[in-house]
Amino acid sequence: MEKTLNLTLKVWKQNGPREKGRFETYKVSNISVDSSFLEMMDILNEQLINEGKEPVAFDHDCREGICGMCSLYINGRPHGPDDDITTCQLHMRKFKDGETIIIEPWRSAGFPVIKDLIVDRTAFDKIIAAGGYVSVNTGGVPDANALPIPKPDADEAMDAASCIGCGACVAACKNGSAMLFVSAKVSQLALLPQGRVEAARRAKNMVARMDELGFGNCTNTGACEVECPKGISLSNISRLNREFLTAKIKD
Amino acid sequence: MAKLDAKIPQGPIAQKWTNYKAHQKLVNPSNKRKLDIIVVGTGLAGASAAASFGEMGFNVKVFTIQDSPRRAHSIAAQGGINAAKNYPNDGDSVYRLFYDTVKGGDYRAREANVYRLAEVSNSIIDQCVAQGVPFAREYGGLLDNRSFGGAQVSRTFYAKGQTGQQLLLGAYQALMRQVELKTVKLYTRNEMVNIVMVDGKARGIISRDLVTGKTQRHFGHAVVLATGGYGNTFFLSTNAMGSNGSAALQAYKKGAMFANPCFAQIHPTCIPVHGEFQSKLTLMSESLRNDGRIWVPKKKEDAEAIRAGKLKPTQIAEEDRDYYLERRYPAFGNLVPRDVASRAAKERCDAGYGVGNTGLAVYLDFKESIERLGEDTIRARYGNLFQMYEKIVDDNPYDTPMMIYPAIHYTMGGIWVDYELQTSVPGLFCAGEANFSDHGANRLGASALMQGLADGYFVLPYTIQNYLADDIRTPRMSGDEKEFVEAEKESQDRLNKLLSIKGQRSVDSIHKELGLIMWDFVGMARNKEGLQNAIEKIRAVKKEFWSNVRIPGSNDGMNIELEKANRLADFIEIGELMALDALNREESCGGHFREEHQTEEGEALRHDDQYAYVSCWEYKGEDQEPEMHKEELKYEEIQLVQRNYK
Repeated sequence: MEKTLNLTLKVWKQNGPREKGRFETYKVSNISVDSSFLEMMDILNEQLINEGKEPVAFDHDCREGICGMCSLYINGRPHGPDDDITTCQLHMRKFKDGETIIIEPWRSAGFPVIKDLIVDRTAFDKIIAAGGYVSVNTGGVPDANALPIPKPDADEAMDAASCIGCGACVAACKNGSAMLFVSAKVSQLALLPQGRVEAARRAKNMVARMDELGFGNCTNTGACEVECPKGISLSNISRLNREFLTAKIKD
Repeated sequence: MAKLDAKIPQGPIAQKWTNYKAHQKLVNPSNKRKLDIIVVGTGLAGASAAASFGEMGFNVKVFTIQDSPRRAHSIAAQGGINAAKNYPNDGDSVYRLFYDTVKGGDYRAREANVYRLAEVSNSIIDQCVAQGVPFAREYGGLLDNRSFGGAQVSRTFYAKGQTGQQLLLGAYQALMRQVELKTVKLYTRNEMVNIVMVDGKARGIISRDLVTGKTQRHFGHAVVLATGGYGNTFFLSTNAMGSNGSAALQAYKKGAMFANPCFAQIHPTCIPVHGEFQSKLTLMSESLRNDGRIWVPKKKEDAEAIRAGKLKPTQIAEEDRDYYLERRYPAFGNLVPRDVASRAAKERCDAGYGVGNTGLAVYLDFKESIERLGEDTIRARYGNLFQMYEKIVDDNPYDTPMMIYPAIHYTMGGIWVDYELQTSVPGLFCAGEANFSDHGANRLGASALMQGLADGYFVLPYTIQNYLADDIRTPRMSGDEKEFVEAEKESQDRLNKLLSIKGQRSVDSIHKELGLIMWDFVGMARNKEGLQNAIEKIRAVKKEFWSNVRIPGSNDGMNIELEKANRLADFIEIGELMALDALNREESCGGHFREEHQTEEGEALRHDDQYAYVSCWEYKGEDQEPEMHKEELKYEEIQLVQRNYK
């Protein structure tokens, strides 16, 4: 016999960025423990539509933990009560029958609410646009094996590059800082010879853009690392600080 | 209409692309500034094209339905990207990659396009490395390779199990660099809802802002669609929830032909379906077949005991296991192409040897490779995939074999394009999975990333100039011309019509109904009677949808149900087109398996004398049967033979 749950959901509803939000309470029943959290949200929405009500708006897309679109704050934790996963990979077996689940959007000055649980994360794109790349055009590049890269450097760059841009780090931070996100990209590119050329400029420009966009300062609480679904390490922030300071000293 | 000129350049196959580039028309830098290009979609093909156009000096407008270009579903590709570098010195070459791709596609792809794909594949790897894509490396510092299905060489480059993510982020970053330089204007959470035709040419699009609900008119001297595939017609697929076929279907309604719609790929290694509430299927990368062995029990009673929960797979003795791929295909073993592996799994399950509580699953076992290489090596290769499996299924694949079953994954069919990637509508181009061009009836693993980036970085930047060179005197339009106004009204009328239905059923409930029809009759095995039945049923779903769908809310502001309904309306029509095409194609090839056409051993049986063509469907109006045109496929380099992976 399959195990099922009956749950009470307290869900944040908000019509627009300047509207006042509120919690709505819903009940869902017979939720299989094998369904994912977002499938439970689908069941809730199906129920609301059948009752003639408006469904709850939430962001989601790939549902396999890589696109970074899903973004719920569940019972006080970004991506909910499991480690190293995104909300779409969270399964209902992590909850108990009869439990009340509180579901909120990311809350941060850098990410205004668009509707209900959907927030605007275009600030992250703007930070990347400020320098999160190697400035090469298509064509005219050397052979891929022309430049050997030590495996440990390549592996470390890959670990930093695995950031999915979901924004959990910002949501987890009491200061609303985007340092983990920025440092992951700065580190990835600083570790590779291709990105080394512009490393100083990149660190300065990305940090300046981050500051402009209303993200808070980093006070090394480490909450971002704990909640990061991809395990992006705090050591990236140290590397960013080094890159940034070196760049400033040279100025 | 029947004017399907593929525009294949003259000359020997290895010279065609070089000759084309040497003689094509170009646009000089000062004229590039006067030309506008619209790109719809920001996956690998769209982002790489838009970034390249921007670098060249064109004015680019790029549209994505996501909140950021970085979210496109290319990001989910796990395994790798093929290229003919021959770094491992194992006998690879441009010709061999070309040959494997044509053979893998069961001889239903256009030779000239595939050769060009193989030819530019090496430049893609160079480009991505220059962008800082952290591909896997050997201790000597050089790039590492692995093997994928349908190949006997190791030509696949990878970045852990996240190759699609890293390539997409590379293209996304190149795109954002152009956004910062203001050569590209980016529209996020914006959906193309119509194409604007002026004097028989594509001259712009109508977009809908998904946050405000407002439509907008955009002019472009040319329009590029890079909007991905239509696998979500099946409701359950490995595609992202938002992946849709609407841009392609709108193009079809404006005169672009839809080619080989029935060629859909069923991927053999997905996590099996476990309940009716399920929203999507999760893929387990094909790379797992490098080290995993696929099997089911040899004895029916063992399979029954497993299904009843009385026996565990680890309790089945080695001699009681049927490694059916190794048994049937000793030369390629577990690395046969996807269509072959999927059908073999279905055959075993249909015969009563399936496992899992539904009986619709087979094992993918790492026991032998863990013993041979150690758990650490397996963890280093596939750690993230194993973790993903464990989070979903709550079972540890290091101890118990994974359970897998085929699922819809990719669509080889799509908008017909010529050698220049131009559709049958002048000025409308189509790239990546959205077009039909390179994979024939079956795509090989690690070739989707290659094709998306080939189209965007190395093909369109050339071919689009050949078209735009004749447009340097065409002034920009304001968007107030009657064609723009009419197209906008057409789209708004459709949205209002959807909202006015006020029926009883949710969009998803109707989509699930469509999906079941597709899976049962237009899925892994098809037959005449079933397809005729499916067409009737799909038409009934269409009627039900347009009379009984319920969409809460309005068109002013964000309305996710309205977005979904607008896409489902198009999926229903694509579903019918797939069934019509499958019915027409009286042969089996690649992902298209007609039960009436198989060899005595149950392999796909092609009929090259009758079906060596691309079926191109022309829209003839609402509720009219589309007209089919043929692009005959001429094989000059490769001799057609029955595929043999034994």
